[in-house]
Amino acid sequence: MLARLRKPTVSFAVGGVLVFVVVQLLLSLGVLNNFWRGIIFWGAALTMVSLGLNLIYGFNGQFSLGQYGFYAIGAYTAADVTWRWTHADASGIVLVVFGVLLALLLYAGVGRILRGFYRVTVMSKFTFYVIVTILAFWITVQFLVPALAPVVTGVLGVLPAAMSQQVVFFIALVGGAALAGIASFLFGIPVLELGSDYFGIATLGFTIIVKVLLDNTDTILPFAEMKGARGMIGIPHWTTWPWIFASLMLVILVMRNLLHSSTGRAMVSVREDERAAELVGIDVTQAKILAFVVGSLFAGLAGGIRAHDLAFLHPQSFAYIQSFNPLIIVVLGGLGSMTGTLITGFLWILMLEGVLRLYLPQGFETWRFVVYPLVLLLMMLLRPEGLMGRYEMPFLRQKLPALLNKVRKESGDRGAAVPSEGTSADAPTSVGEVTA
Amino acid sequence: MTQGRPDGLPAEVEAQPVVLEVDDLTHFFGNLRAVHAFDLTLHHGELAGLIGPNGAGKTTVFNLITGVYPPSEGSIRFRGVELVGMPSHEIIQMGIARTFQNIRLFSNLTVLDNVRVAYHPHAGYNLVDSVLHTSRYRAKEAEMTERAQEFLAIFGLESRQNEEAGSLPYGLQRRLEIARALAARPKLLILDEPAAGMNPQEIDELMELIHFIRDRFNLTVLLVEHRMRLVMNVCEWITVMDFGEVLTRGLPGEVRTNSQVVEAYLGRQAV
Repeated sequence: MLARLRKPTVSFAVGGVLVFVVVQLLLSLGVLNNFWRGIIFWGAALTMVSLGLNLIYGFNGQFSLGQYGFYAIGAYTAADVTWRWTHADASGIVLVVFGVLLALLLYAGVGRILRGFYRVTVMSKFTFYVIVTILAFWITVQFLVPALAPVVTGVLGVLPAAMSQQVVFFIALVGGAALAGIASFLFGIPVLELGSDYFGIATLGFTIIVKVLLDNTDTILPFAEMKGARGMIGIPHWTTWPWIFASLMLVILVMRNLLHSSTGRAMVSVREDERAAELVGIDVTQAKILAFVVGSLFAGLAGGIRAHDLAFLHPQSFAYIQSFNPLIIVVLGGLGSMTGTLITGFLWILMLEGVLRLYLPQGFETWRFVVYPLVLLLMMLLRPEGLMGRYEMPFLRQKLPALLNKVRKESGDRGAAVPSEGTSADAPTSVGEVTA
Repeated sequence: MTQGRPDGLPAEVEAQPVVLEVDDLTHFFGNLRAVHAFDLTLHHGELAGLIGPNGAGKTTVFNLITGVYPPSEGSIRFRGVELVGMPSHEIIQMGIARTFQNIRLFSNLTVLDNVRVAYHPHAGYNLVDSVLHTSRYRAKEAEMTERAQEFLAIFGLESRQNEEAGSLPYGLQRRLEIARALAARPKLLILDEPAAGMNPQEIDELMELIHFIRDRFNLTVLLVEHRMRLVMNVCEWITVMDFGEVLTRGLPGEVRTNSQVVEAYLGRQAV
């Protein structure tokens, strides 16, 4: 078991533990005050959103401006679950657990049925999934919540208060991520059919819609506790460093493993050439939806984390202009580089909300928003591929397989080799050079 | 003339099972009739060519067969299964593979990954395995890698497996594109102007390569090409298109001397 561990894995694990311990110590000893604590937590949340966007845009080639919409959905969902719980109401838990499970179950059924038909238009596909979603949550609200809420309260009541709090927080985070995922799935079905630029515009529209809905949570939507444009208060302050660290690690590992698999290769092939991917047998729509949903799950998770750190949510912080933040981070770090996103994600918040805010002279904070477009401009001129280009740290890099003839000894005749003067390393390429 | 084939083909070819049957295919782009009443029947193991002047509708036919867009009318049957209405990736998974006029590799992926992508529909592990890197993932991935490597070795590309596909010289890119198309073991290979942009020496290699893969992989090959030397040397019979319709069909020798064809396409040089 241990022999299988590669060196990069070990160094990544050691590095991770070190970071965890050091930050925890600094927090416990009070070296980092609340301000810096906030910066780190914020940076982590934004990094998770940005990693999700990098999966969608950098690796799958779909230009999304909607990640802040999913971030908002995750934040408000998770906050609502814990808010209700702290107000002796377990309905939020039942809703996110059983509603989501029911919806997934029905999706599986619809998917199986639809697979039997050719030429199902995207709009009818979309309609089916929306109907099923509404059905799932309607059933949950009507029947499951009244039936199961007391049971959930009873079960969680058995646990000690501190422990039940952690369990509820966990459920809230997962629920927030899941609802963001469901929203992205439904939204992605019709919209991912569009080309990448149109997809960008549509997702921008999504962010705006979410913001408007959040402004009206207490009037149009039946969530009085969210208090609409006045902002949601009374969210428990539960996010701690271990939660942040674990979530970020989860996001990194899931994304890395996914990208290093056949599914990941399919996603990247869609970025490289959609038509060619289709014509080697890749289900392009599926690959796009998968990347979009996974990326949005990350955003939803980050939202829940952020909500329970701030303990206050305001629709304005999810305005569409904010949704450019992850985009800038991903582009600055390098499209298609997780390492780059990890670095710039933290750096972004550290500079913009930390260093510049503190060290610019009084009254000059606003100049930050002049400085950063300039940085962006310079970056695009001097290093358009981003800080890291496509570089990955060893752990996140896919191991290149050893050459075949090095793996095993010459296994004799493998059948007639291709007639192949052209295969020698320096084949004449005069035509190629002209065409290229 | 039997439908979609010339007369006078050897009896042992005619005895082979039908692979592709295109029937009365018509396609409009808006008001432009790009393809009209096109027929084509291919038997197993054949090497057939499709030629015609620019804009004759050859690539459109290829795109219709591979489901890039659905035809306005007509039917396409592949080994007895109707393809019209199927999405591209399912048509490909049925056993048709194609290359493109302008090479379309996944340029930023390695040579090996270009081939491994083609194995994705048969990866043999699911999303959970992908995310958790289970033992099944490891086993299947190793198997897939080895298969891809052996496959590259057939094409003499094995030593370049870890290079970016976009950095290969032109001739090798074309070779890799054909390798990628063949990786999933198709029954029918469609080559869209494989010799475009090649020099005479590269064309010689390509001709050998086409014969080689037909024999080695037990394939049927359909190709569109402008280079007469390649078409005349490689194809067993040829369909000539002009203005979206079939002008004539025949063995290479017949086509070369057909006055209609000469007029429409080949010009005086060929006579």
